[in-house]
Amino acid sequence: MRELTYGNAILEATDFCLGDDQSVIVVGLGVPDPKGVFGTTLGLQEKYGDQRVMDMPLAENGMTGIITGSSLNGMRPVLVHQRVEFALLTMEQIVNQAAKWFYMNAGQQNVPIVIRMIIGRGWGQGAQHSQSLESWFAHIPGLKVVMPSSPYDAKGLLISSIEDNNPVIFLEHRWLHNMVENVPLEGYRVPIGKANIVREGSDITIIAHSYMVVESIKVADVLKTKGISVEVLDLRSIRPLDKETILNSVKKTHRLLVVDNGWTFCGVSAEIISVVTENIFDELGSAPQRVGLNDSPSPSTRALASGFYPTTKSIAKKVCEILNYKVDLDGLFPKCNSSEDVPSPHYFSGPF
Amino acid sequence: MHRSLKELYFSMLRIRMIEQRIADLYSEQEMRCPVHLSIGQEAIAVGVCEHLDDKDIVMSAHRAHAHYLAKGGNLKSMIAELYGKSTGCAMGKGGSMHLVDLNAGFFAAVPIVGSTIPIAVGVAWAFKLKKSRNIVAVFLGDGSTEQGVFFESLDFASLKNIPILFVCENNYYSVYSQLDVRQAPNRKISNLAESHGIKSFTGDGNNIDQTSKIAKEAIDYIKENNAPAFIELETFRTLEHCGPFDDDSLGYRNKGELQKWLNRDPLASCEAKLIKINKLSEIDITEIKKIINTEIDDAFKFAKESPFPDLDLLNQHIYKN
Repeated sequence: MRELTYGNAILEATDFCLGDDQSVIVVGLGVPDPKGVFGTTLGLQEKYGDQRVMDMPLAENGMTGIITGSSLNGMRPVLVHQRVEFALLTMEQIVNQAAKWFYMNAGQQNVPIVIRMIIGRGWGQGAQHSQSLESWFAHIPGLKVVMPSSPYDAKGLLISSIEDNNPVIFLEHRWLHNMVENVPLEGYRVPIGKANIVREGSDITIIAHSYMVVESIKVADVLKTKGISVEVLDLRSIRPLDKETILNSVKKTHRLLVVDNGWTFCGVSAEIISVVTENIFDELGSAPQRVGLNDSPSPSTRALASGFYPTTKSIAKKVCEILNYKVDLDGLFPKCNSSEDVPSPHYFSGPF
Repeated sequence: MHRSLKELYFSMLRIRMIEQRIADLYSEQEMRCPVHLSIGQEAIAVGVCEHLDDKDIVMSAHRAHAHYLAKGGNLKSMIAELYGKSTGCAMGKGGSMHLVDLNAGFFAAVPIVGSTIPIAVGVAWAFKLKKSRNIVAVFLGDGSTEQGVFFESLDFASLKNIPILFVCENNYYSVYSQLDVRQAPNRKISNLAESHGIKSFTGDGNNIDQTSKIAKEAIDYIKENNAPAFIELETFRTLEHCGPFDDDSLGYRNKGELQKWLNRDPLASCEAKLIKINKLSEIDITEIKKIINTEIDDAFKFAKESPFPDLDLLNQHIYKN
């Protein structure tokens, strides 16, 4: 084991799959360029050739159909979008074609494709470069939606996704790319559809996904010093949703806060709270709560970004409200000027 | 040409008679799915598929019956699919607009106009990546050439020298909308392909001699040059866009236009030619119709007698393990 960034974990998983299976190909705008999609595809074309790792025309919808077609004829393509928003051009092919193909032909042909999409945030990227649209994809039967929050999970879930026989939407948060963790050198799999308890606790369950797991862990660790025991559940997959782990955690703590990586309206948090209230309403000690993005488009200026995203402080405030604890949050979560604009001034200085 | 003109005529006649039977029985309300009949357009399907190998792939859109049948798609499975039965080619999950017969190399048809085009390019691209010599033929209409994915597909097919045959059936209508409200008068569809560096051919889609000859030329070109080719063939659907009826009374067509095209009916003109050159007699026609009718009777009997799928099929085939 050695330390690896999340971005390099993605690279290693892709390298592993390309080496393991000749039918794997990687396609995307900028895949072989000098930046290699934030480093996640660097060196792959040199290693595997331009027939397997390649750039593409600016034709996202057409290319989604093309990789889907190639998967019907023996390929296992990975399509990469540098931002989620570019994939909005491809909703027809994803939703009408790839997601439904196996069903429409009654199981005769499946679509083993992975579409990587990167969620942006900060440095003034604004309304069209920083949306978290997992609930759009998760709405559709036939798609799988995974959102790893750590380097270990990123590698293991990407390998599972590429080996999966169905279309998988793989959502990466740009602020996770530089996160470091011990990651095994060899190939391994993290199963799709299994949540992970990343902090055990007994007073309240926080359910989060993607970058909001990082923020939620910080909250749990700080509140622990005040005697508040927070359990943090990392969903890892949005569809299939690990209802069992969700329900077991809430049965234990009897209180629930969902920290949504996207908007709460018709969002992932809405689904989770529905699942909990439908199944174990009597176990709840108080009404489930949620926080998420402000119900507006994402603004560019950092002056407004501070009100747009949930912060450790706003998450902690909600936890304390639910538990009816009086805690001086200003002292525990001192204001950091850059925190809503860049993940860490030490390694991120723009532009994107 | 692999087969004689008479045999091509029989193939067209078979497709016509199958679709005519669908039209005749549709009002029984047992085929409860939209049907887009190809009556009047059979010469393109038969002419193109004549030059494809068993392992070549065909893909199509909403008006797919003729393509499916010309490629050798199983008739019983198709009719059972229209009846929503478990013996249908997609166990009743697809209907007329989602025909499939993998054994015959008919991969799929989908009814979102233009959307099959990139998927077909992808199937053909995989042939190239796997160093297979097979090709894909994708049937598309004039309407699909207005879609963005059409251009995206032409570009990629040309860029990567993909072995695909684009077959544009220009029937001048998208539902009730004429070509001239959708496309500029000096916009020639085949020129769009040419401008992407794709070898293009044009011709009369109602003349089986021509469709077969052009298809052969185009397919030979694809195989010799490892590059895509494009065919634009003009034709006409004589019934309504969707359903079994003649809808000329709605008045969306120019006066006399339907009659003009009926006078150019691909089946009738081929039949007349064969009779004229003494390759076909009234007795031959009676004989072949009897054989085809028996096949059609059997297929409809099979479909009607087949069971509906069990309700547990509803939740099958959402994900593959």
